[in-house]
Amino acid sequence: MLHIKCPYCGLRPQTEFSYGGDATVKRPELNKEVSDQDWDNFVYLRKSPRGKHLELWQHISGCRQWIKVERDTLTHEISTTYKANENI
Amino acid sequence: MQKYSVFSLIKNAFKGHQNWEVAWKDPTPKTEYDVIIIGGGGHGLATAYYLAKEHNISNVAIVEKGWIGGGNVGRNTTIIRSNYMHDENGLFSEFGMDLWRNMSLDLNFNVMFSPRGIINLAHSDAQMNAYSRRGNSMRLNGIDAVLLNREEVKKIIPMADFSENVRFPIFGGLMQPSAGTARHDAVAWGYARQADSMGVDIIQNCEVTGFDVANGKIKGIQTSKGNIKAKKIGLCVAGSTNILAEMLNMTLPIETHLLQACVSEPIKPLLDNVVTFGAGHFYCSQSDKGEMVMGGDLDGYNSYAQRGNLPTLQHVLTEGIAMFPFLSKLKMLRTWGGIMDMSMDGSPIIDKTHIEGLYLNCGWCYGGFKATPASGWTFAHTIAQDKPHKLNEGYNLNRFSTGHLIDEKGLGTKTWIS
Repeated sequence: MLHIKCPYCGLRPQTEFSYGGDATVKRPELNKEVSDQDWDNFVYLRKSPRGKHLELWQHISGCRQWIKVERDTLTHEISTTYKANENI
Repeated sequence: MQKYSVFSLIKNAFKGHQNWEVAWKDPTPKTEYDVIIIGGGGHGLATAYYLAKEHNISNVAIVEKGWIGGGNVGRNTTIIRSNYMHDENGLFSEFGMDLWRNMSLDLNFNVMFSPRGIINLAHSDAQMNAYSRRGNSMRLNGIDAVLLNREEVKKIIPMADFSENVRFPIFGGLMQPSAGTARHDAVAWGYARQADSMGVDIIQNCEVTGFDVANGKIKGIQTSKGNIKAKKIGLCVAGSTNILAEMLNMTLPIETHLLQACVSEPIKPLLDNVVTFGAGHFYCSQSDKGEMVMGGDLDGYNSYAQRGNLPTLQHVLTEGIAMFPFLSKLKMLRTWGGIMDMSMDGSPIIDKTHIEGLYLNCGWCYGGFKATPASGWTFAHTIAQDKPHKLNEGYNLNRFSTGHLIDEKGLGTKTWIS
């Protein structure tokens, strides 16, 4: 069982959260010329690193906030969690 | 190569089984090969075998970080099927079914292919409609499919929960009678033995640490056993694809995820078929040793850990008990986890890349084992002819940017939602 420290609620079990994927991908900006390659990068292409991974989770059975979690994909160790709007 | 038969068995029995030839050698790598296949799993071994058999290219090395058959081919739930709706998947998998049916003879190795049939249970009228559509699509592609009603399902699997007051009552199911299981290790060993006998070098405990690329062409690889040159290199590394892609400065439409499976203690013969639960993600079959072999959802977050967490296992087995209540009485014998190369549309990639001479075979999601022969066959063709075969044309890498996805489940790009 993973234990994730929600920045709003504190340490909670994994079963209260749902996963939202890689938090580093950026949606192309609105009202600008966006190439197919830009969309491809945003929608489909992922680094999926072995090691540190910054990812989105939603505390769906808690405060329902989206948060960012830095987790190691090899050891499952969670080093830090952030509010979704926090700049890192 | 020594042929395996009842006669060779008797002959060797008289000598106390001391004189069997080794099944494959343990060579030191040469400095150059015509083709290098990275990854000594089922797909890599099959690719090397078909390169030698179908294309007369036997100056081939398989480079494996661990030992052959030590990855997903050794830890899957052994299910073989071609019950797909989309043409690309259906025709590709059905081509594979023909290879499965002849595999034991072809490889002179008993892979114990057991076409026992797979039943996908339906739990609503809407699901019955969806299955009848899928079954029709399968039959149009020459794949056997039978739509079963509740009574027909009950005759085949009376041990399932057919009581009236269940949350997900069984309305019927879609059956592919020719689907089944095979002994997974034997598939790896059978391909390895034949490939070795045709001159392929199987190099184990040899980790790839880098690639030599110059002027957009692949020149060779750097490994823990030195540099090896080759003009053509194929990647067959499943869950490690993203790691090698990073060495090549490539970003792929793939995430690496964790999938668990488990077996119960062995019990007497009970379940003749492979059965899947339709209101969630759970599947079950019984091994020849009597264990119930079970699996289901991904753990749901990117992982290279090769070990799972209990919440997912509990979730999956809750579905199992909803389908087969007797499972609750069994003890768990073993659980394990492996890492899956989850592609963004749920379908694989067998294609050339932007680097000349570098070929990619990945994105098998949960379905890699059954695809072993067809994947090896088409990947060997793609490497030898430097262009995809008709069967794997749809599995190209640029379908994501062009929008020609093969999204069997219609789930889109969330690889962890299964």
